[in-house]
Amino acid sequence: MLEVLNLSASVGDREILRGVNLTVNAGEVHAIMGPNGSGKSTLAQVLAGHPSYTVTGGEVRYEGEDLLDLEPEERAQKGVFLAFQYPVEIPGVTNAYFLRAAYNEIRKAKGLEEADPMDFLDVLEEKLKVVEWGPEIMSRFVNAGFSGGEKKRNEILQMAVMEPKLAILDETDSGLDIDALRIVAGGVNRLKRPDSATIVVTHYQRLLNYIVPDFVHVLVSGRIVKSGGKELALELEARGYEWIEDLAGSGATA
Amino acid sequence: MTAVADRVDTTLPAWLLALRQQGGQRFAELGLPKSKDEEWRFTPISPISSATFGVAPEASVSLDALAPFMFGHAEWPRLVFVNGRYSAELSSVSVESGVRVESLALVRSGNAALEKHLGRHVAIDATPFVAWNTGQITDGAFVHVPARADLAQPIHLLFVTAAGAADSVVYPRNLVVVEREARASIIESYVMLGDAERYLTNTVCEVVVGENAWVEHTRIQRESERAFHIGCTHVAQERDSHYRNFSFAMGGAIARHDLQSHLNAANVESLLYGLYFGRDDQLVDNHTAIFHDHPNCRSWEVYKGILDGKSHGVFNGKIFVTPEAQKTDAKQTNRALLLSETAKIDTKPQLEIFADDVKCTHGATVGALNENMLFYLQSRCIPHAAARRFLTYAFAAEVVAEVALEPVRAELDRLVQERVGVGLGA
Repeated sequence: MLEVLNLSASVGDREILRGVNLTVNAGEVHAIMGPNGSGKSTLAQVLAGHPSYTVTGGEVRYEGEDLLDLEPEERAQKGVFLAFQYPVEIPGVTNAYFLRAAYNEIRKAKGLEEADPMDFLDVLEEKLKVVEWGPEIMSRFVNAGFSGGEKKRNEILQMAVMEPKLAILDETDSGLDIDALRIVAGGVNRLKRPDSATIVVTHYQRLLNYIVPDFVHVLVSGRIVKSGGKELALELEARGYEWIEDLAGSGATA
Repeated sequence: MTAVADRVDTTLPAWLLALRQQGGQRFAELGLPKSKDEEWRFTPISPISSATFGVAPEASVSLDALAPFMFGHAEWPRLVFVNGRYSAELSSVSVESGVRVESLALVRSGNAALEKHLGRHVAIDATPFVAWNTGQITDGAFVHVPARADLAQPIHLLFVTAAGAADSVVYPRNLVVVEREARASIIESYVMLGDAERYLTNTVCEVVVGENAWVEHTRIQRESERAFHIGCTHVAQERDSHYRNFSFAMGGAIARHDLQSHLNAANVESLLYGLYFGRDDQLVDNHTAIFHDHPNCRSWEVYKGILDGKSHGVFNGKIFVTPEAQKTDAKQTNRALLLSETAKIDTKPQLEIFADDVKCTHGATVGALNENMLFYLQSRCIPHAAARRFLTYAFAAEVVAEVALEPVRAELDRLVQERVGVGLGA
């Protein structure tokens, strides 16, 4: 589904990704872990097409297409979803407006008829269950005045509406209390399909008790320096990141 | 500027004749504002100064033609003026007993409240245009809500410029008096029917909010984009009263609104919201002034502008807090969104605070659309151009949400969607 080949990217003149390689197949859950500043979030943002990052080398194939050649909205319409680490507040637009606009863009891209507000309400009813929310949330402005936990739940609600093929969760667990974490992770698990894949970007192993990864990759200084199964996350939790940074350092000099 | 005078109505009561004379004299002394006048520094009005305006012709308009301006509530009491003249056929003024909703031309003699308040609140030279308007008082809306009345429906004052009014001037003069403990909602609309034409509306509105009264005042300016609209609203608030103004401006080649809120007693609340649009060569100016002269008053002001093309916005927000006005809580926010490289805004918050135990803040922001917000929408499948329109809409919608009357809010929301080019539906 996704093939990242030797990907490098920078912001301004600062190089952040220095040759990332990653292959993700349908049905898999990949966790990307790493110390702060290692480039985890940059990888997520580059895959979604954030204009602040410049790709300086490598390529990304998604479903056989050159992902980097697509506008952010085209990537989203083709099934790439990024749950933001810091969801943006849009005061003035209700969640209902926003979600229906997104939903209809996907329908348009698929050549389907747009849903009117009444039809969309029926769609939403199901989606709200994924994050254990009532309809009240729909009349609030997008993320404005939301708690940290509510913002992350709202990301998962958007994911439920968009039904992505490739979901990238960027630090979706940071700042969540245990109840919110349970709801958010439960939502992600419910949205998994055999034909979809999930990339979980996180600093902490805790989330991975709820969203169990098939593969764990450790990103240090813009490179994946170690990959393994879910037990690697536990090892990182027990030992911290220092040993692996040392490993990356010696690797670099080798 | 040359204006052909309407013939003087000799049946005017003496006090009104005197007021008109005063206005005429003061205007003769002042003349129209010049660019060196501080209050008009960023607002060149030479297209007005150099024009000749005649008397607006009588025109007939059908009730059907007004339907789009009635917020889906044709049953609301309304006063309709066409080319400056009251239209009895188009108006509908059945209201609670004791409430007066009438043409000023019809009640000008023999009404104590009219004589007590008309021209007694706004300074005759608040702007030169006020003096000019005062010198020409002929007609306008008079609303008098007696003590403890609670109006079931909003009152709509609708000023229509009909086709055929090119190069004419109208001087609507309005007075709204809401006596103690009464509640009223007033909508004041300026609209254009037919082709875009050049004309001048020079209007003044005095609003008196009695003790513990509650007034919501929505002002909607939808003139032709070739027209000139100069308006002044003066609000006088008594003890414990609440006043909420929403000022919406979309039309006018030159559109200027001066809004003055005078907090004349303690424990008054005054809320001023504004939303304005500019495109092409439009010039949109909002001057607001809030006078905190007494303790324990609160004012809250939010103005937002959306400027595209080569349009030019001007915002000036004055807040005066006298030494007596302790415990004042005043907050002013003004934000402008510039959608093009050639749009511009001159913005000036002006706080003069002479009391020490107060909370006064102001914030002004000017900018383009936020890149992170755009990316967020794109990542939710919304194409870049649509995302821009979406965020422009959001910027406006945040303040439209402050309109308390739902049918009016829905209509403004529709107007904003139409202007911005989004189709989100109701």
